[in-house]
Amino acid sequence: MPTRRRGGPVPNGASNAEGERELLSSADLARTVARIAHEILEKTAESGAPVVLLGLPTRGIHLARRLAERITAIDADTTVGVGTLDPTLYRDDLRRQPTRPLAETDIPAGGIDDVIVVLVDDVLMSGRTVRAALDALRDHGRPRAVQLAVLVDRGHRELPIRADYVGKNVPTNRAEDVAVSLLESDGADGVAIR
Amino acid sequence: MRHLLSTEGLRREQAEALLDTAASMEQALTGRAVRKLPTLRGRTVVTLFYENSTRTRVSFEVAGKWMSADTINVSASGSSVGKGESLRDTASTLAAAGADAIVVRHPASGAPHRIAGWLDRVGHSHTDGHVAVVNAGDGTHEHPTQALLDAATLRKRLGTDLTGRRVAVVGDVLHSRVARSNAHLLATLGAEVTLVAPPTLLPAGVDAWPVTVTHDLDAHLATGPDAVMMLRVQAERMHGGFFPSAREYAVRFGLNQRRADTLPDHAVVLHPGPAVRGMEIASSVADSDRAAIGEQVTAGVHVRMAVLYHLLAGEDVA
Repeated sequence: MPTRRRGGPVPNGASNAEGERELLSSADLARTVARIAHEILEKTAESGAPVVLLGLPTRGIHLARRLAERITAIDADTTVGVGTLDPTLYRDDLRRQPTRPLAETDIPAGGIDDVIVVLVDDVLMSGRTVRAALDALRDHGRPRAVQLAVLVDRGHRELPIRADYVGKNVPTNRAEDVAVSLLESDGADGVAIR
Repeated sequence: MRHLLSTEGLRREQAEALLDTAASMEQALTGRAVRKLPTLRGRTVVTLFYENSTRTRVSFEVAGKWMSADTINVSASGSSVGKGESLRDTASTLAAAGADAIVVRHPASGAPHRIAGWLDRVGHSHTDGHVAVVNAGDGTHEHPTQALLDAATLRKRLGTDLTGRRVAVVGDVLHSRVARSNAHLLATLGAEVTLVAPPTLLPAGVDAWPVTVTHDLDAHLATGPDAVMMLRVQAERMHGGFFPSAREYAVRFGLNQRRADTLPDHAVVLHPGPAVRGMEIASSVADSDRAAIGEQVTAGVHVRMAVLYHLLAGEDVA
């Protein structure tokens, strides 16, 4: 459904009065999370290493928790650690914007040495947040491998970073805004572009 | 925020942002193998101390280093100050040498404000007004980071919202910049502050502070304050007799075990240090679980990280 466009209001179909277009409905989002959960299981199972999902604030945290729940629901024998990682203090663009409030970092008690860490975020764009997160990880320990799961990949990468698990690829215009809503923080599930 | 010179005038949201950041700093560093963040890499923090200090200077230095800033200590003894260089020239030199922040302690009230004024002056030859000044204690005026660390400690012990919490500040208010900074900050955060001091150790103009004043420690403790902040008796600033004897001071304004026992169970005892044990505070009280003196020092590092973060990390919105 999503087509490349050059900004401006969307002329047809699924757009509403505010020029907003739905990319994923609540049901789509649930299916996408379920699919990523399957993929994570499949891809990490053979290594035998424990898996820790680390959500990046704010919505990545909720997604990481949902993915962990799904994974345990699919395979009760798998134990998945869940935590959060705030890479703000590792960003390279701090001086270009007003100081931002810091979020929580919560690494599971067992640490991240020799586990497979899956970073979870809602939208992947420039890749700078992920780079900062990789730097932050290095100060917490040495994982066996680090993977990246995102709900939406909207392109415009500024660094050689790609995701291992992608919910939906959405080519976007830079001027557009991809809005991910989640029940936990926004009261409803869905992804829209505006 | 360009500088941190006083807690008077700090807005509640600014103060709470600093305290929230301090909590995040603590949280970001807890349980980590590497206690180092790259946040202030390439930035230079100079501590310029015209008075002796261990905890404040070390605390700023550790805070800077944990965030990867280059920290440099300059003390008045052993620097060009000893050769008669003026405060203005010293500050100007540090700015020209590349300091991004100057942390100043000075025996004269207002010295950090003067430095900030000079460095902010439009057309300052070397800095273009990009140097942040932090007051690390000026005379009997203010010590804002001490007040912030006290508030951070209270938030940990009593809960994040200090609205309606009752804090007694006891002792040598006259010579205490800690008392003044705390009175303003705590009032801003919604707490009720009571100064407990002999009339001779209260400053002129205290009626303009957002506090109530009493001279009777026992009567005030009987009202069950949530926190008791003991002050240091600043003998080095006293020129003349402010109270008959150390013994009498201890009897009337010292926090002994008997007095501590009358406090509610949740009440916290603070002391900015260095404490004169036996006079201001009994050893048994200072070492009890009720006292948060060690926690104050730890909170000091996190608060100073937060201050440096807010002054140096973000965009200059001047």
